[in-house]
Amino acid sequence: MGIGRQQVEHVAKLARLALTEEELNLFEGQLSAILEHAATVTKLDTEGVEPTSHSMPLMNVLRPDVVIPPIGSAAALANAPAEEDGHFRVPRILDDES
Amino acid sequence: MTELWERTAADLASLVASKQVSAAEVAESCIARTNEVEGDVLSYLTLTPEAARAKAAGVDAAVAAGEPLGPLAGVPMALKDIICTEGIRSTAASKILDTYIPPYSATVAQRLYDAGGVLLGKTNLDEFAMGSSTENSAYQVTRNPWDLSKVPGGSSGGSAAAVAAGQAPFSIGTDTGGSIRQPAALCGVVGLKPTYGLVPRYGLIAFASSLDQAGPITRDVRDAALVLGAIAGLDPKDSTSLPGPVPDYMGALDKGVEGLKIGVVKEISGEGVNPAVQTRFREAVQILEKLGAQVGEVSLPTFGYGIDIYYLIAPAEASSNLARFDGVRYGLRIDGADVENMNRNSRAAGFGPEVKRRIMLGTYSLSSGYYDAYYLKAQKARTLIARDFARAYEQFDLLVSPSAPTTAFGIGEITDPLTMYLSDICTVPSSLAGAAAISVPAGLSADDGLPVGIQFMAKPLDETTMLSAAYAFEQELGLLPKPPLWSPS
Amino acid sequence: MNPTEAPDLVTTIGLEVHVELKTNTKMFCGCPVGFGGEPNSRVCPVCLGHPGTLPTMNEKAVEYTTKIAMALGCDIAPRSVFHRKNYFYPDMPKNYQISQYDLPVGERGSLEVEVDGEFYTVGITRAHLEEDTGKSLHIGGGGRIHDADYSLEDFNRAGTPLVEIVSEPDITSPAVARAYATELRSILEYLGVSDVRMEEGSMRVDANISVAPPGERGKKVEVKNMNSLRSVFRALEYEEKRQREVLRSGGSVTQSTRHWDEKAGRTQELRTKEEAFDYRYFPEPDLVPLEPAVEWLRQLREEQPELPIERAKRYQRDLGLSSYDAGVLRSTKALGDLFEQALAAAKKADAKQVSNWVTNDLMSLLAAVPEGTKNPPLTGSNLAELVDMVAGGDLSKSQAQQVLQKTLETGRRPREIADESGIKQVSDEGALEAAIDAVLAANPDVAERLRSGDNKPFGFLMGEVMKATKGQGNPKVVSGLIRKKIS
Ligand SMILES: [Mg+2]
Ligand SMILES: [Zn+2]
Repeated sequence: MGIGRQQVEHVAKLARLALTEEELNLFEGQLSAILEHAATVTKLDTEGVEPTSHSMPLMNVLRPDVVIPPIGSAAALANAPAEEDGHFRVPRILDDES
Repeated sequence: MTELWERTAADLASLVASKQVSAAEVAESCIARTNEVEGDVLSYLTLTPEAARAKAAGVDAAVAAGEPLGPLAGVPMALKDIICTEGIRSTAASKILDTYIPPYSATVAQRLYDAGGVLLGKTNLDEFAMGSSTENSAYQVTRNPWDLSKVPGGSSGGSAAAVAAGQAPFSIGTDTGGSIRQPAALCGVVGLKPTYGLVPRYGLIAFASSLDQAGPITRDVRDAALVLGAIAGLDPKDSTSLPGPVPDYMGALDKGVEGLKIGVVKEISGEGVNPAVQTRFREAVQILEKLGAQVGEVSLPTFGYGIDIYYLIAPAEASSNLARFDGVRYGLRIDGADVENMNRNSRAAGFGPEVKRRIMLGTYSLSSGYYDAYYLKAQKARTLIARDFARAYEQFDLLVSPSAPTTAFGIGEITDPLTMYLSDICTVPSSLAGAAAISVPAGLSADDGLPVGIQFMAKPLDETTMLSAAYAFEQELGLLPKPPLWSPS
Repeated sequence: MNPTEAPDLVTTIGLEVHVELKTNTKMFCGCPVGFGGEPNSRVCPVCLGHPGTLPTMNEKAVEYTTKIAMALGCDIAPRSVFHRKNYFYPDMPKNYQISQYDLPVGERGSLEVEVDGEFYTVGITRAHLEEDTGKSLHIGGGGRIHDADYSLEDFNRAGTPLVEIVSEPDITSPAVARAYATELRSILEYLGVSDVRMEEGSMRVDANISVAPPGERGKKVEVKNMNSLRSVFRALEYEEKRQREVLRSGGSVTQSTRHWDEKAGRTQELRTKEEAFDYRYFPEPDLVPLEPAVEWLRQLREEQPELPIERAKRYQRDLGLSSYDAGVLRSTKALGDLFEQALAAAKKADAKQVSNWVTNDLMSLLAAVPEGTKNPPLTGSNLAELVDMVAGGDLSKSQAQQVLQKTLETGRRPREIADESGIKQVSDEGALEAAIDAVLAANPDVAERLRSGDNKPFGFLMGEVMKATKGQGNPKVVSGLIRKKIS
């Protein structure tokens, strides 16, 4: 179950990673090898088996709707790589997803 | 005379509480010891001696005033640098968090502070806990105190090495597929991965959310029980943390193993495990039998699928968890013409190769058209593993296996990621099942003189049985000799 | 020929409505929910997506969502689950949105709406809970995203609980779409779960619209940025017409997302959907499933208020009110509640009389009060007292209007206001007779014209008598007495 170069590039785009030619080549081979190994799992018979997304059977863990004081904008912005007027500043946004 | 830095956490706590020594003296001893060997071991990414001195002084004031003391009052500790500490740089050993100073503390850190623990510093790890050798740190390769040319294991390699080298009586690691147990085994110390949900995850920089657990790395089993008691229990900030009272782990230590039914996992005791490791493991099982345990072989047919399942699930969750490192609100930013390019550049420069590899792998296995074949399939297979464990626990109180297939390997020795992934074959299955497990030293390999660990795996939330068996075993075998680094000749 | 009247093309519309819940705190952290304020002041490590933080579920948000799903007649899921919707956007702190996917709180509901006396049933696909994003401010280029030099991020809104309500593509015209959005807004207002202010973005409507010959499937066009109910109608009307024209002229509609420009009155293409987004949904491992207890659901059902459309039907059926009056009274929950409280407290006035006061006089006074119909500054008992005073002849209609105005301003009881300012209506025949006699005596010629059958000066006489009684004469009694005296 190999993964092609095009897929590697597509995945890098989804993951927002700027990869070099070298990295793309390397990952193409490595991901293929790992996925090939992992393909043993696909042979397991899981007919009718529920997936496990939590190993402990908890449910309805809820929090009361009570305000906890926020940390304040100075603390919020303390780690900001770029800020302006109390905002986090970012380069222009090209794709309008929202 | 035994130096203070050589003492266990339990000893130090009682010495401080009974005013035989001051917390300040204990802190100074550990700080001095840390400085003495740090150049060789490279356990730490950040040292906090001033904060340690201030905290120790606070403990001493509390002792003098006769105030009630926490169970770890005055005990120095090291935290894996994936645990957020307010006001103290927390990097996850990644360049992307090089300058990150959290505005809050992890629940685990807060509980240890509240228990009186004195933070010495933040220990090295594989970047974002992705690795089994600590070679994936963006900063330095921690060395194994038993042989400085070997890896300490990983990803909590810095935490295990710090304890093994006498820099701290205990440390906290995190374990997603073996990252506490495997380095503990390779460094000849005790490492406990609690039942998933027993120890709150709030403030652990997430790798794979459905698997991550923090736990103690200590020099003996008693300290593991002591520290676990201080960090376990429900946290309203973590929806996956388990309700219910925290058992008295210390009080349960003396229950022994007599009459306990212990299953040796067939799938991991033979093939794939180094013969010298196997030898020590078989001897360990004999000790358990001698102590009165009823030992039998148990087969978990899906055990062998653990690594493959793990490498479909953990990177998938990681790919999502690590999306937040985008250069917008904190961490490294490398500019770009637009926000997408800024994200891409920052992540490319900030993440190391193993992290990128796993993000790629995880993104792929979640992506449209592959989700069912990979992620969903792995989640179903995970159910099968949990069922295998449940069936085994119908017959046995505990399961045992070697903690790792080999002893510590050489720095730079393993370059192929797939080979590296196999270091976790012993530990991954119980992680997938959410069960508790502990690695305890089981002697030194006859081949290379390096430590070997035995892993005890318990039913979910049965840490008490696990600790009592581990304690009995440790009492019978005796502690390992100290690593050569302990007393430089 | 007018393309919008082309009979051989069918319009299909589906609406996706996002509603911010009026909880105290955000969906997954304890930060307060609010509007405006200093940027990045209502944030914490959790809603800023700091490493290591974890979400915790707001129980009120779950309750509100369940109430909404119930009001929309949805099946409440015995088990619902949060997923992560993965995509990068700078206003989304974790670069994934915690949302529901294949196991939402509610599914398979419906909403009945009325347009020009016709009833339409619109299917509800799902009602699910998710978290809102932050807000981007675009600097340079006139503040528009595509021409901006850079952007600024404010995360105050990030993490606000958001309910997404998706309709089936059952809507056949812009008018029905508007009615659906209006009805939905009304229901949400009745439930008290949201401010539903479209201008402030606490209710946001996106639409999918396609036009095609019957039986064929048209290309879906998504329309965004409709900031009022009026713009929902206008945008869809524009888009319907545009697509019809494209098809009429032999062209084909491109599947795309379009932005409604309110000022220009047209939609503009934002992007064409060539590649579908790959959101890589997977179950949120940091949260556990919701499995609502039967008893809790029963309790929520009991607490559900009567829905607006049921209320309107009841007013017509049981109280004999007109469809128009019932429509005004149900338009906000507060107005209907006020009407019912007043009716219950009224001793003399009947439903029609109370209704008239609400729908005519009160409505016009409330127009001057901000949020007047949502929060009328008047109690039911005060309104009842006023309407009773009119019904009992103690106040004239115009006097009552003055008193009502004062009651609204001061909150004081109508009778007190009337007594203190001496506003009253004199109905006592003895007291009025003297005044009438004096007016008749002063105007013998007018009286004579009336007696001879010329009714024109009657109004003049009425006016003179009212002047003489300082406006307090009961017009009904006065006119009766005048007629008696001249006959
Ligand atoms: Mg949505
Ligand atoms: Zn918050």
